Amino acid sequence: MPDLPVGLKAAPGDVILMVGTTKGAFLFRSDGSRSGWDVDGPHFPGEEVYALALDQRGGGARLWAAPGNPFWGAMLRRSDDFGATWSGKEECPVRFPEESGLSLNRIWQIRPARESEPERMYLGVEPACLFESADGGSTWTPVAGYLEHEHREKWTPGAGGLCLHTILPDPRSGDRMVVAQSTGGVYRTDDGGDTWRPRNAGVRAEFLPDKHPEFGQCVHKVVHHPARPERLFLQNHWGLYRSDDWGDSWHDIANGVPSDFGFAMAMHAHDPDTVYIVPLESDGFRCTPDNRLRVYRTRDAGASWQPLGDGLPQEGAYETVLRDGLDTDDAASAGVYFGTRSGKVYASADEGDSWALVREGLPPVVCVKAAVVR
Amino acid sequence: MILPWQLRDLSGGAGAVRLDGPTDTVAAALQELRARHPGVYDRICTETRELRPHVNVFVGREDIRWTGGLQTPLSEGSEVVILPSVSGG
Repeated sequence: MPDLPVGLKAAPGDVILMVGTTKGAFLFRSDGSRSGWDVDGPHFPGEEVYALALDQRGGGARLWAAPGNPFWGAMLRRSDDFGATWSGKEECPVRFPEESGLSLNRIWQIRPARESEPERMYLGVEPACLFESADGGSTWTPVAGYLEHEHREKWTPGAGGLCLHTILPDPRSGDRMVVAQSTGGVYRTDDGGDTWRPRNAGVRAEFLPDKHPEFGQCVHKVVHHPARPERLFLQNHWGLYRSDDWGDSWHDIANGVPSDFGFAMAMHAHDPDTVYIVPLESDGFRCTPDNRLRVYRTRDAGASWQPLGDGLPQEGAYETVLRDGLDTDDAASAGVYFGTRSGKVYASADEGDSWALVREGLPPVVCVKAAVVR
Repeated sequence: MILPWQLRDLSGGAGAVRLDGPTDTVAAALQELRARHPGVYDRICTETRELRPHVNVFVGREDIRWTGGLQTPLSEGSEVVILPSVSGG
């Protein structure tokens, strides 16, 4: 077995990089320069970790992780000492009601709610459902309007499973939230979760006879900026889109990208016009185009995209970055981070202009989350 | 009931649990296990009281897949063995 992790020693201003892999989670720490990284892990060796989060609301610093074991099922665990100890090893607190006939397969997303609700949290899980907690994550219940959604019987899994992977609460209204799942597409509530309407008008479903169904799209990721939350950016299974009206309508923004197929998408922490993606060649060959590893960035909300490859391999790079494998931090000069299925993690401390290898040789990376310690 | 080593930190270190309740089937024995060690049960069975897909249960040397599943009968002294399958990557 690998060495036991001991946790990170992190201070305000440090940057924490949380990396989930198919064989455990690795935690990295750097000072504000982000030029060198301490590593701690693997946490949960042998278990897949598709979801990680650092919740710093209310003045705390709580790590959340969702390790899953192919034999023994999924779990949700938390740490208040940057990974030195983890709580919650007994029964998984995330459970479908027995009468639903559903059972938890994987936790895909851990999302602290609005700053004004420090005890409220959300989870996106497989099979696709939204769970919520009103007591800081101690107890969880499925959101009834989503669990009992009339479309449920028609939702079908993509290759990764029927996962709810995106949770975007409206920072201005407790009643509105956008979620996305694959497949199924985008759904929005305007009444606090009682009802959920599909919001996929304009998003193509290349794999269906009807290319523009009301729902059923294979949406891979959606992001927005809290300063302009009604504007959504969407990476689709073929297609890059933007909505300026909370998903009521979508239009194509694949302007100058080598492919509009991909999984990962991340929002700049300070600029509502800046978004990052990692295009892949096609659904038939899910590797970076032209064997070059490049992140693409738009600074004008999708009107144009620029390749960012300085410091990244530009030949022989058959890389894949998955839907949660790309993230940004909120340092003054935003950091950008991603991990690959080949086990490499890269970081940029200058908003993507240049990149450096943080670590290679990890198990396949399925989740990257970054945060500045407050 | 014999537990795999992977679950023994959830049973207080015990590798075997003697069940004295009404355990005339494997399903009943698992519910008795649940009362004693809920964390162990949670790793073996889903919310719908089904075995997780990669968990195998034997009564003696017989895989319960071929003897009635969770309704496989037990008798006094039956030995139930829980083991993970050889799947995975």
